[in-house]
Amino acid sequence: MVVRTGRLYAVIVMSGAYSLTSAAIFVNLDAVDVAFTEAAVGAGISTVLFLAAMAYIPADEKPSQNRNFLAGVICFGAGALLLLAVMDLPSLGDAMAPVHQHVAPRYLAESGSALHIPNVVTTVLASYRGFDTLGETIVVFTAGLGVLMLLAGATRTKRVKADNRTMAAKTARPKANKPKTAEPKSATKIARTKA
Amino acid sequence: MNQNPVFRVVAKILFAPIIMFGLYVQFHGDFGPGGGFQAGVIIAAAFILHALVFGLQAGRQIISARVNLWMMVLGVAIYGAVGIVSMAKGGLFLDYTALTGSVGSGQHIGILVVEFGVGLTVTSVMLALFHAFAGFVEDRDK
Repeated sequence: MVVRTGRLYAVIVMSGAYSLTSAAIFVNLDAVDVAFTEAAVGAGISTVLFLAAMAYIPADEKPSQNRNFLAGVICFGAGALLLLAVMDLPSLGDAMAPVHQHVAPRYLAESGSALHIPNVVTTVLASYRGFDTLGETIVVFTAGLGVLMLLAGATRTKRVKADNRTMAAKTARPKANKPKTAEPKSATKIARTKA
Repeated sequence: MNQNPVFRVVAKILFAPIIMFGLYVQFHGDFGPGGGFQAGVIIAAAFILHALVFGLQAGRQIISARVNLWMMVLGVAIYGAVGIVSMAKGGLFLDYTALTGSVGSGQHIGILVVEFGVGLTVTSVMLALFHAFAGFVEDRDK
């Protein structure tokens, strides 16, 4: 299914709906944990964050005029190579696929009896692959920190610029007036104490 | 702030149950589907709903930007600390069995604490992202 639109609100809502649909597909494949994540992150938080990010950009996509044929050829070439690679993948649900032969049988057999934790996904995520998950958590942390530094800086410079503009225009804003009214008072106070 | 009474009443009714469900997903991850990542997102969603309906300032009064930043750091620190404690107890890094000496309780405690760290970081990062993006509009409109 292909949907094309230049309106970004529609794109965001459609991608949320797409996430919810793929969550249903994951449930169908018995991957409940993945479906849970997809529904919460893909359909929930991502949609809200995209909508919040809309504040920075216009509501419509800029119509592009240039048609780059070289880029098109590269795109189709890469797509064709990927499709070629898909032909070599084992078929869906194949028990003899390499991914089910390596360490997965040991995890499935051990998790309940040796670690006393029935949910294999949790043991693989937090115990067998604890170091990877630590890395993932640090990635989330670093990504959040990076966005915070970028956006907090952007809003601060905007605010400073806006303040400078209002100061230059000498509009009667209460904030701009405060130091002016405060100065004479303190000056008279000093004069009084001196007297 | 949204003045629509339907939004306000629904948000007030849903706020606590969403957090409750998030905590269930967080601490029941050993037995059912879920874990720190999902729970973190669900709890963040509750706070984002609150901020959407009652305004960003009301959201900031519950968790200030400063506390939020510390929560981000604390989550990663808790995760790393579990690894270091397990090393101090004579095991390998993040070897939960070494935490208590027995497989059953050690793995349970280790996974529970580690997932809590993940949940804390994910919740606070999602909240920070939302406030960073949505705060821009409020700053611009001032």
